Amino acid sequence: MTALPSLPAPTVAGLARGLARGEYSSVELTRACLARIAAGQPALNAFVTVTDESALAAAAAADAARAAGHAGALTGVPIAHKDIFCTEGVLTTCGSKMLSGFVSPYDATVVRGLKAAGTVMLGKLNMDEFAMGSSNETSFFGPVRNPWDPTKVPGGSSGGSAAAVAARLAPAATATDTGGSIRQPAALCGITGIKPTYGRVSRYGMIAFASSLDQGGLITVSAEDAALLLGPMSGFDPRDSTSVDSPVPDYAATLGDSLEGLTIGLVREFFDKGLDGDCGQRVREAIAVYERLGAKVREVSCPNLPLSVPTYYVVAPAECSSNLARFDGVRFGHRCESPRNLADLYCRSRGEGFGAEVKRRIMTGTYVLSAGYFDAYYLKAQRVRQLISADFARAFGECDLLLGPTAPTTAFGIGEKNDDPITMYLNDIYTIGANLAGLPAMSIPCGFAGGLPVGLQLIGPHFSEARMLNAAHRYQQETDWHLRVPSAWA
Amino acid sequence: MEWETVIGLEIHAQLATRSKIFSGSATAYGAEPNTQADLVDLGYPGVLPVLNGEAVRMAVRFGLAIGARIAPRSVFARKNYFYPDLPKGYQISQYELPIVAEGALEIVLDDGTRKRIGITRAHLEEDAGKSLHEGLPGVSGIDLNRAGTPLIEIVSEPDMRSAKEAVAYMKKVHTLVRYLEICDGNMQEGSFRCDANVSVRRKGADKFGTRAEIKNLNSFRYVEKAINFEVERQIELIESGGKVVQETRLYDPDKGETRSMRSKEEANDYRYFPDPDLLPVAVGPEVIESLRATLPELPDEKAARFVREHGLSEYDAGVLTASRELGAYYEDVVRIVGHDPKLCANWVMGDLAAFLNRDNLEVGQSKVGSAALAGLVTRIVDATISGKIAKEVFEAMWETGDGADAVIEQKGLRQITDTGAIEAAIDEVMAKNPGQLADYRSGKDKLFGFFVGQVMKATGGKANPAQLNELLKKKLAG
Repeated sequence: MTALPSLPAPTVAGLARGLARGEYSSVELTRACLARIAAGQPALNAFVTVTDESALAAAAAADAARAAGHAGALTGVPIAHKDIFCTEGVLTTCGSKMLSGFVSPYDATVVRGLKAAGTVMLGKLNMDEFAMGSSNETSFFGPVRNPWDPTKVPGGSSGGSAAAVAARLAPAATATDTGGSIRQPAALCGITGIKPTYGRVSRYGMIAFASSLDQGGLITVSAEDAALLLGPMSGFDPRDSTSVDSPVPDYAATLGDSLEGLTIGLVREFFDKGLDGDCGQRVREAIAVYERLGAKVREVSCPNLPLSVPTYYVVAPAECSSNLARFDGVRFGHRCESPRNLADLYCRSRGEGFGAEVKRRIMTGTYVLSAGYFDAYYLKAQRVRQLISADFARAFGECDLLLGPTAPTTAFGIGEKNDDPITMYLNDIYTIGANLAGLPAMSIPCGFAGGLPVGLQLIGPHFSEARMLNAAHRYQQETDWHLRVPSAWA
Repeated sequence: MEWETVIGLEIHAQLATRSKIFSGSATAYGAEPNTQADLVDLGYPGVLPVLNGEAVRMAVRFGLAIGARIAPRSVFARKNYFYPDLPKGYQISQYELPIVAEGALEIVLDDGTRKRIGITRAHLEEDAGKSLHEGLPGVSGIDLNRAGTPLIEIVSEPDMRSAKEAVAYMKKVHTLVRYLEICDGNMQEGSFRCDANVSVRRKGADKFGTRAEIKNLNSFRYVEKAINFEVERQIELIESGGKVVQETRLYDPDKGETRSMRSKEEANDYRYFPDPDLLPVAVGPEVIESLRATLPELPDEKAARFVREHGLSEYDAGVLTASRELGAYYEDVVRIVGHDPKLCANWVMGDLAAFLNRDNLEVGQSKVGSAALAGLVTRIVDATISGKIAKEVFEAMWETGDGADAVIEQKGLRQITDTGAIEAAIDEVMAKNPGQLADYRSGKDKLFGFFVGQVMKATGGKANPAQLNELLKKKLAG
């Protein structure tokens, strides 16, 4: 590997300060990122598209804006977008052959918001196909590798986002989370991930997997970085009826608040026999840190939470089977060669364009919605979903935040779980609950087990992002797990 | 064997919103293909629907007009199926919780009796695009201008017992949506169309027969013909030992027959489920009351008022309220004339309607406006002209655009009310027809009409008929 140019600061917050002080320009910073991306791409495969030219142009524009006195807090900070977000004039693949030639005619609201805040887009990040996967192995563009151990998966579906930030190819990245797709890869790659409350971030321009669960968020080095970037991508969007019209607080303003009196709930069901011993130990150590910071800890129970995986695997496929119907080869996306008739056009375009996991979920979803099965599966799953939400609501009557593991194990080997989808699905057992209940949740690094990062999950009540970021930030001031970089990428 | 026909209609009325139900594209008809379809209508990756509040308000107004219950919370659902004119692979509709539930309308049967037709529900949904085949050899074109146009689907109970009743009901709904100004009612452009569910059963049977659904009927005439054909087909089928199968059929207007499109087994499983992209629609009591206040006088209320206040027959009142414009025209005439509403009604339903019909015009396009017609009626009432001459005057008004007085003056049509002039004409006629006069005087009373005709002829039709009668009787008596 050629010598890697290093980034002048480890975090977005640090880079933003350096840019503000004129220590370096955005063009210089962007060039450094692009050089790291070029060096990292063969080993990690984190990017689907690198937008060198437009990145440098945007960086130059950011520098000019700064020179003219128009710079905001994030002006000139390079970031990358998960390839699920539509980006005008740029390939937007969603990790699928189906969209391998799709250039979006418009920007997602998230992309627009971060662009307006002055960030510079470096490129589009690899992901599991249509965000369906927990290992980034379902991508049409090949698996992404974990920077801590290239034989391991980075997690998924936002595997490209997590690997790119963990290897410091990009200072921060957008991501999405339907059942853990931000938090699990953040945990497996030793960085910070936040999935906001459902409705906090507009889904417009975010290619839908399961509309009632999907939520855009961030993968960053630190909670402070997440606090800086979350504001510009949050808020009510008239183009998304499910986005919530409530004011967006200044997340950075309350990062340093005391945790004295904070009540932390430990969900009994999270510390089950599926949790790896070392991982559990790291989580308990992190809890001890919180106790030192003044938080009170109590055990709570969410008895229906163990049903979250089967519930999720009814609701999410049901929605995806409908959401992905638009990929029919008629107007955009992959179209088969010389179709004989309409049915042939549909069958072959979709048969060729979708990978195995996507097809499995479309078929599952079609089944659970079909006449005669709807009540037994879809309706029942919706009822269980309400029970799970009620469990969380009850828990938040007793505590301010829930803490637990993000994933049951550290990163597993590439190819290791490909034979049995159920084993793969169980990787999201601790994360899915927050999606079903629409709650904000984070994963922050809390140590290592066997040389691989372990993630600590925080779950808060609806719209408690500020408090959650505050709790994560205070922990990160006591520890440096989030600043650890794999030696090859230091 | 006596058979009973059972019919239920699903009427699709396009709501007259300016933009589509879930996007900002225009809904105007007749634009170049695919020029009124934005990314949302095209179902692009990542786009989301946003509900047009005006469509909701229109649906609520319809519900209030049929005395229905307005759902405080209704839910949009996805109806999933693949078709090229359906870019998302699903249609956003309402399924379990429609916005309008349980209403009714009354229709008037041929014998004048009224019949209540129940309306099960009315729900909001988006229209699909159109497949184009003409002028495109070997391929099909897709025009998505119509995709996403708001529709209200009005589902009746199976309360109709003949094609005539079905047409009467459909006309009633058609009138109502235009009164409410929520649909332009243009059937040729597909703004108002229906599917008919038709079955037959033996008179007295308590169970319904198996039904066939005839799709996409876009004229009242087709509805009547298609249903009548379908009823005959089903009866013949059963009487010859066959069985009606549940299926979807298409009406072919050229051949005047229905034919099978797809059977129940081939029917799609639409896999309805609540659309997670849209919040449930909440309509509170205040909203309902404020929309109720915007309702115009509805056709039935207006007709009842015409009977009550103008002394019109129910039939006349029904004709005059068939469209809001016609009712307004008639009321204008009455208001200006100031009395004789029955005479005004006769002119509106008679000569005016005939000329509109002849020239294929809507009442709003009439060449004789309500004030002009009122001017004409006033001249009949004040005996300036007779009713018969008035017809001639009306035709001239229609052709020239002139007012009644101008036409009467130009053509010298003023009625003769001068007793001396009428007597002179009578004397002349009597002198010319001594034979008839003798016959009359010897008892042939019927010849009175002959003399009236001759005098009228002599006066160019302008003699005042009442005066003429009186004077003629006196003179003939000798």
